[in-house]
Amino acid sequence: MRMTAPRRTLLGSAAMLAVSALALTGCSGGGAGDDTAAGGDGPEIVVWTDAEREQAIGDAAKAFEEETGATVRLVQKNFEDLRNDFIAQVPTGEGPDITVGAHDWLGALVAAGVVDTIDLGDTASNFEPVALEAMTYDGQLYALPYSLETVALVQNTALVGAEAPATWDDMIQRGLASGAERPFVINTAGETGDGYTMYGLQTSFGAPVFVQDASGSYTSEVGMGGAPGEAFAQWLSTNGQAGYLSTTIDYDINNELFASGKAPYTVQGPWAISSFDGIDVAVNPIPSAGGQTAAPFVGVQGFYLSAQSKNALLATEFLVNYLGTEDAQRALYEADPRIPAYTSLGQEVASDPIIAGFLASAQNGVPMPSIPEMGSVWDLWNAAEAQIISGAEPVSTWNQMITDLQSTLAG
Amino acid sequence: MSVTPPVAPPGAAPTAPAPLPSPRGESHARSFRGIGVGFLVKLVIMAVVNAFGILTILTAVGADSWLLASITAVLLIVADVVYFTRRALPLKYLLPGLIFLFAFQVFIFGYTAYIAFTNYGTGHAGSQAQAVDATLIQGERRVDDSATYAMSVVERLGTYGLAIADDDVVRVGTPDEPLTTVDGEIGASGAPTEVSGWTVVPRAEVLTDPSVQQAAAALRVPLSDDPNDGALRTRDGSTATVYTSTLVWDEQAQTITDTTTGTVYTATDRGTFTSADGESLPTGWYVNVGFENFLRVFTDGALLQPLLSVTGWTFAFAILSVVVSFGLGLLFALIFNDPRVRARKFLRTLFILPYAFPAFMSALLFRGMFNSEFGVINDVFFFGLPINWLGDPVLAKLAVLWVNVWLSYPYWFLVCTGALQALPSDTLEAAQLDGAGRWRSFRSIVLPLLLVSTAPLAISSFAFSFNNFTVIYMFNNGGPAIPGAPYALGSTDILISAIYDISGVSGGAADYGLASALSIVVFVVVGAISALAFRQTRKLEEFA
Repeated sequence: MRMTAPRRTLLGSAAMLAVSALALTGCSGGGAGDDTAAGGDGPEIVVWTDAEREQAIGDAAKAFEEETGATVRLVQKNFEDLRNDFIAQVPTGEGPDITVGAHDWLGALVAAGVVDTIDLGDTASNFEPVALEAMTYDGQLYALPYSLETVALVQNTALVGAEAPATWDDMIQRGLASGAERPFVINTAGETGDGYTMYGLQTSFGAPVFVQDASGSYTSEVGMGGAPGEAFAQWLSTNGQAGYLSTTIDYDINNELFASGKAPYTVQGPWAISSFDGIDVAVNPIPSAGGQTAAPFVGVQGFYLSAQSKNALLATEFLVNYLGTEDAQRALYEADPRIPAYTSLGQEVASDPIIAGFLASAQNGVPMPSIPEMGSVWDLWNAAEAQIISGAEPVSTWNQMITDLQSTLAG
Repeated sequence: MSVTPPVAPPGAAPTAPAPLPSPRGESHARSFRGIGVGFLVKLVIMAVVNAFGILTILTAVGADSWLLASITAVLLIVADVVYFTRRALPLKYLLPGLIFLFAFQVFIFGYTAYIAFTNYGTGHAGSQAQAVDATLIQGERRVDDSATYAMSVVERLGTYGLAIADDDVVRVGTPDEPLTTVDGEIGASGAPTEVSGWTVVPRAEVLTDPSVQQAAAALRVPLSDDPNDGALRTRDGSTATVYTSTLVWDEQAQTITDTTTGTVYTATDRGTFTSADGESLPTGWYVNVGFENFLRVFTDGALLQPLLSVTGWTFAFAILSVVVSFGLGLLFALIFNDPRVRARKFLRTLFILPYAFPAFMSALLFRGMFNSEFGVINDVFFFGLPINWLGDPVLAKLAVLWVNVWLSYPYWFLVCTGALQALPSDTLEAAQLDGAGRWRSFRSIVLPLLLVSTAPLAISSFAFSFNNFTVIYMFNNGGPAIPGAPYALGSTDILISAIYDISGVSGGAADYGLASALSIVVFVVVGAISALAFRQTRKLEEFA
């Protein structure tokens, strides 16, 4: 006993010391290993991706690796973590050379100084103009776009046919006539509120979140105030009272009600279509509630280049001449079907009526603002919508939100 | 527990005169006598530790991380000294723990404190040099009608230049010499393959040799002596296009000048480049702002007001969670400790079930159950009345408390059951003989004795509830929102989830400096309360 007990302690403590040394190595190791790459055959570029796109990027990387002798190391992360990790790690030199990302991160990424511009040259004409526009900030292109996404009106053809309703009122009438439990259902993220899904209806009142200047760039002037915004708030309240909008409905309940035929219409994105297995759906543009065209947010996903990349030429080469090709774009589409930003591929897959429906909705849409101010909007905006739907006084609640938002942006 | 042991603590024992003298007082781990296994094992382990340490130092030096390298070096030397000298023997038990304490607690706390004194957040994420880099990138634009030239990277005496194929002629230049036409040959790919006076660097080498690549990426070859004509640069190593830069960085004056408008942006002590009329460039860097974040917590009215109500609710939430779940757990423990209850073991197992569920799953499930229209709770217990549990501030607080109590009372049930079984039966019997009733013996004997062993747990449970982010975030994310509150604070937000909102990690406009300052305030509050409470519990021990 007297012999073994202390030895165990020694073993244990030495092991702990080894572990802590290992942990310390871990803290520093990742980035250092990437940069030096002296031991490897050639340079290495690091690409951050989420699980869905990992395989497709890996396939595009194979040809690149063979032709250049470089290696592409894919690091899989949760999509939600990518933006913050990228902002936090690029300045420390431990970030990747390339990351997958959404276009509305752009303002924050530019403000953080972590993204480099890219030059697509002649190949730019292969992409949808709206996708390039979304990836452009202050006249500079910052990412290679690859997919578009937006929400659209999804309808149950067995209940209301495939024909698009002309207006909101028309849709409610048809929904009521279909005999379903409720005429229409939309996700409000429960009590949180969901300005994103509701945005098409809001723009039909002429109340954009930020005012766009002549060139189409968003300014930091809030556009939701005034009479159009108040009319939208009033409309939210009326339809909330009528039960067509409800804060009891979150994403899952929304899809469940639609999939079980309890509501013939909903507003959803392509990502929810797989929840509607077993029913025939048609996809149409969102009907107008306020008289003007309903313009939902269009989101674009693409690949960003790090401003601190040690392999800028190589990473650009991979980005523009490999990931930017039709083959790679098709592989990305097949790995995770979203509306392609690559024009010819978009035309090819538009033979699918569901994709065509979302594409039509996207053509009515506007890019989601990518200015950093957008990050301050969501919480206040969502909350005000939820409060109005639940019965708060519409006009004063809405105007209070506008005031708070303006003071947040000013401060 | 707090009694001082009559003998020296175990760590100190080897330095004290050995009670059983081994040969020459040598520790077995140091002895070469006999098999010497102990020493060999130590040697091997220390070799591994040293190998890891040296690897870490080398990697850190390679990454120019001098701080990490020196810290590791110091730790490594300390470890070797501690484990190979006789004098530092007691430390060998403490050192691993101390290193862990340093790496995972002191360091992280220190780093948080450091961030709290900066404006680290959106727009202030990197160093000034990086902000300048990024700003220059943002100011460098491709000339709209620029042709794209096939090009090669060329080298002469360690100087790199660009050679382009301009129609049929080869033109070459360096950052210091504008493009000039020279003799050369253009290959099948369209790029120059031979340039007189220069060595053409093969493209494969440009892409695979990191130093050449960085040199090539940094090349800007002016078209002419007039800088307004722009400069050639390459983005992919095979083609070059003309770019013009509109922003010029003057390091001496710490200014960035926009050449198209003539606006001068000066570096400010707030970490931004700001012009005379107050306009700022998008990219800034983080700077020390002193106590500003702390001051803001206490002086910004728009922030202070909701924060005070959040703080009030945090205390209510933490105290009620502990008190109610403790009471409930104790009640059930008393009931199921009674020998008259049948199948006690089975029932006890059932009671512990909620404890075994992952808390975040339970919170998510409860969110569904509390839904006013589709939830089970209204349907089953309230005859389908549309009670808006999640939308009403008061009801939402009740609901969140309910969830937390449901999650934590099995813990107290477990603890109290154990403590009850450990109560001295003779004391209880004596009380019974003295004529004490059930209530009297509970109040005067069972409860005080129980509190001796459970009070420290209650304090840690309070600290845990105080920072129980999971339940709040998963259940309703702090909702419903307080109208008009900045950062969309909600009425069930506790301090930790409020800090999460303020940090902006979820939204995009982050203010890590303010969030760090707040978390330090929270740490001080929780620490002070825990320390006070632990002092109070000593009084309880007088009963024991």
